[in-house]
Amino acid sequence: MMKPELYDQPDADVAWCPGCGNFGILRALKLALSDLEIEPEKLVLVSGIGQAGKLPHYLKSNVFNGLHGRSLSPATGIRASNPGLTVVDVSGDGCMYGEGGNHFLHTIRRNVDLTNLVHNNMVYGLTKGQASPTSQRDFRTPLQVEGVFEEPFNPLSVAIALGAGFVARAFAGDVDKTREIIKQAILHRGYALVDIFQPCVTFNRVNTYQWFQENSYYLEDHNPRDRVEAFQRATETMPYPLGVFYQNPDKATFEENLSIYQEDDRPLYQRKVNREAVHRLIQSKKKI
Amino acid sequence: MWGVFCMDFKFKTKDDVTLVLGGEAGQGIQTVEQILLWAFKMAGYNVCASKEYMSRVRGGQNSTQIRVSSRRVSAYKEHTDLLVALSPGALEHLKNRIYPDTVVMGDEKDVEYPALGLPFLKLAQEIGSPIYANIIAAGAVCNLFQVDADIFNQCLTAMFSRKGEEILQKDIQAGREGYQMAESWGKVEVERDPSVADQVLLNGSEAVALGCMSGGCKFIASYPMTPSTPVQVYMAEHGREVGVVFEQAEDEIAAINMALGASYTGASSMVATSGSGFALMTEAVGLSGMTETPVVIYIGMRPGPAVGLPTRSSQEDLDLALYSGPGEFARAIFAPGRLEDAYQLSQRAFQLAEEYQIPVFILSDQYLADLHYNLPEEDLVDLKWESYLVKTEEDYQRYQLTRNGISPRGVPGYGGGLVVVDADEHDEDGHITEDLELRSRMVEKRYHKLQNLRKEALPPTLYGEEDCEVLLVGWGSTYHPLEEARRKLDRDDLGFLHFQQVYPLHPDTEKYLAGKKTVAYENNIKGQFSNLLKLEYGVDIQERVAKYNGMPFSVEEVLRSVREVL
Repeated sequence: MMKPELYDQPDADVAWCPGCGNFGILRALKLALSDLEIEPEKLVLVSGIGQAGKLPHYLKSNVFNGLHGRSLSPATGIRASNPGLTVVDVSGDGCMYGEGGNHFLHTIRRNVDLTNLVHNNMVYGLTKGQASPTSQRDFRTPLQVEGVFEEPFNPLSVAIALGAGFVARAFAGDVDKTREIIKQAILHRGYALVDIFQPCVTFNRVNTYQWFQENSYYLEDHNPRDRVEAFQRATETMPYPLGVFYQNPDKATFEENLSIYQEDDRPLYQRKVNREAVHRLIQSKKKI
Repeated sequence: MWGVFCMDFKFKTKDDVTLVLGGEAGQGIQTVEQILLWAFKMAGYNVCASKEYMSRVRGGQNSTQIRVSSRRVSAYKEHTDLLVALSPGALEHLKNRIYPDTVVMGDEKDVEYPALGLPFLKLAQEIGSPIYANIIAAGAVCNLFQVDADIFNQCLTAMFSRKGEEILQKDIQAGREGYQMAESWGKVEVERDPSVADQVLLNGSEAVALGCMSGGCKFIASYPMTPSTPVQVYMAEHGREVGVVFEQAEDEIAAINMALGASYTGASSMVATSGSGFALMTEAVGLSGMTETPVVIYIGMRPGPAVGLPTRSSQEDLDLALYSGPGEFARAIFAPGRLEDAYQLSQRAFQLAEEYQIPVFILSDQYLADLHYNLPEEDLVDLKWESYLVKTEEDYQRYQLTRNGISPRGVPGYGGGLVVVDADEHDEDGHITEDLELRSRMVEKRYHKLQNLRKEALPPTLYGEEDCEVLLVGWGSTYHPLEEARRKLDRDDLGFLHFQQVYPLHPDTEKYLAGKKTVAYENNIKGQFSNLLKLEYGVDIQERVAKYNGMPFSVEEVLRSVREVL
C-alpha cells in the first residue's frame, strides 16, 4: 500500500485561496494515485496556465507545466515517446475548453491513453474573474458587463459526440466520489475526461459549494455503455448529473496504433540512432 | 511532314544542356521529371532538377528545369536549350526563358518557334489516352540524349509497374514511339561520367529528412504546408524502419507542443513547417527556451506575408526565426546550401539542440526543398552521435545552476529523480518561483549558452582567393547561383562567401569581410542577413541585391549584376 502523503510537497507555496475547490481535487487525486500505487517517478502531471495548472507543483511527480491551453499536446508527445508513464493532464475550463479547444477535440479523436482532469469553476480565476467558456448565461463580470450571452460549453456532450472512451463529471466538494471517478479514469485504457465542478470562492459568487450541492446529483440506473443515453444525460442541466456518463473500453488507443511499438516496447529515449536504416535509405536512392 | 522538318535540326555539342519541361498541373510533369532524372543519372550524366509551380492541383502552368552536364551544376538558369512543351500555355508561360537558340519540342499544332513539332497528342490518343503524351515526349528526349532504351524502359517499369500490367505496357509503348521518333534526329553530346550511375540522387527535402534521422530524430509532429511537406512525407514514409514516430497534428501549435512533450520524455524531436505555420509555433519556441527542452525546427521558406505565394521560394523568414518567441534565450540557426550540407547540418542541429537544450532552426526554401541532384554517397558524412541524457538520482534538479548554463538533463522514468519543467520562471527544482534574484540567474543561464554556441559556430566558407577584391555574400540556397557564377567568371579578384550557419555567427566573420567590396544576395527586400551582420559585428555590406518575386536568383542574373560591380 502506498500512502497518499507520499505525493505531498511540504515546501510548496500554495497559491490557492483558502477554501478553493482545487484543494478537494488535489486530495482526491492523491488518494486515487495511492490507491492505484502509481509511483511518482512513473507519473507525469501535465498542465497549462491557470489556477488548476498550478496543481502539479503541489503533488510530487514528474511535471510538464507548459503553455496556456496546450497541455494535451505535450501530454500526447509524452505518451508517444514513453507509453510506460502514467499521464494525468490537469487543466481548468479556460485552459481546456477555451484556449485549448482544438486540442481537446483532436486528443479525443486520437484516443491518447491519458486522464484529462478539468477543474470547471465556470470563471477565470488567475486573471481575476472574467467569463469562461462554461460560465452560465447572464453571469456578470468586469468584462461581461451586461452578462454572458453565449451558450455555456458542454464538455461532456462534445466528448461523447466525438466518441471519447470515458466521460465523467465529478464535484470537488465530494472527495470520496471524486477519488473513485479519477481512479476509474486512470484505469481506463484510452482518453478519459473528468470534468470536475470546482467552486471558486473568490470570483464566482453564483456557482458556490452550496449551489453545486443543490443543483447536482449522482447518476443511478444509468448504463454507461449506452452512448445515446449518455449523450442525453449529458445535456441535462439544473440539476446536473454527476458520475460516469459513458465508457467504451474497446477502442484502440493512439499508442496501440503506433507501429513503432509493435515489435519493440522500449520507450524512445532508450533507443539509439538507427544509422544502418538511414544508410539503407540512402543506398536506395541509387536506383529508381 | 514533321519528321522531315526536324531532321534538318542540329544540336550544338555542349557540356551543359538545360532542358525545361512545361505543362499544366495534373499532366504528369513530375512523373516525366522523375523518369528523365533517373534515366540520365543511370546513363552516367550529371543531372540537376528544380521546379516552379502554381498553387493548384489541376491546370495552371508549371515547369521543371533539368540540367544535364558533364560537371555537376545545381543552379537555376534562365537560358533554355531544349523546351519540352506539354501544353499550349507552356510557351507563353516560359517565354522569358526561350532564347533565339532554344529548341522547342511540342505538339506540332502548338509550336511556333524553331521547333521539333511532334504529333504527341494524336499518338497518345492512338495508344488510348492523351495522358501518354508526356511519356512519348520522355522517350524522344531520352533518344535525343542517347540514353540507352533499356535504361529508359527500366525507369518506366519502376514508375508504372504498381499501376498494373496494362497501363505499364501502354506506357512502354508510348515511350517506344517517342524514342523511335527521335531516331533520325541529331543527338545531344554531353560528356558522361560512368561513376555517376552509382551515385545517389536526392532532393533537398530528402537530404534534410535523412540528416534528421541520422541525427537521432525519434519524433516529428507537423501540419502539412508547402514547401515543408516533403520532409514530413519522407519521415512518415520511413519512420517505422528507422524508428521515428510521425504524427500529423491538428495545427502547428499542437505540433510543436507535441514535439516538446516528446523531447521532455527523451525523444529527440522536430517539427517541419513554413512561414505562417511557423508563426503559429512561435509561442512554443519560447516554451522550448524557458523549459530548456531541445527541439529542431525546419522551416521551408516561401514568400509571405500571410499566405503569400505558397509554392514559390524566398528567404524572408530569417528575422522571424531569429526573433521568434517571447523573452530572451539562446538559439542557433542553420541554412544549408548544398544537399550534402543539408544532410550534415540537420544532424548538427539535433546535436546542438540536445547538447545545449535549446531550439535549433534549419532554414530551407522551396528551391532547395525541391532541388534534385546526384552526388557520391561518401559526400553524405555522418557526425558522431551521442546521448546527452543522464540517469537521475533522488535529489535530481532539472535546472541545477552550472558554470556553462547547461544542467544535466534527465527524463521521466529514467532513474529515481523527478523531472519538473515549467513555463513559468522556476527554481532549480523546476517549480514556480518569483524570487527575483534567482530569476536573474536563470535568465543568464538560458542566455549565456550563446557564448559557447558562438565559439562552436561554423565559419562561413570562402570560395575563391583569400585576397580577392570583390566578395559575393550569400546564405542558404543562394549558394547555387552565386558559386556557379563565380566559377564561370573564374577571376582571381572575385570570391564568394557562403554562410550555412546564420546565427550565432562565427567570431571570425568580420575578418572574412574586412577590406572587401561586398555584394550580398538575398531573396528578401530588407536584406535580413546583411542587417544581422551589421547588428552583430558592425559590418557594412556595400551592395545589396534583393530578389523577392518568388523565384530564386538565376546564374545569368548574378553574372549581370557582378559584371556591373567588377
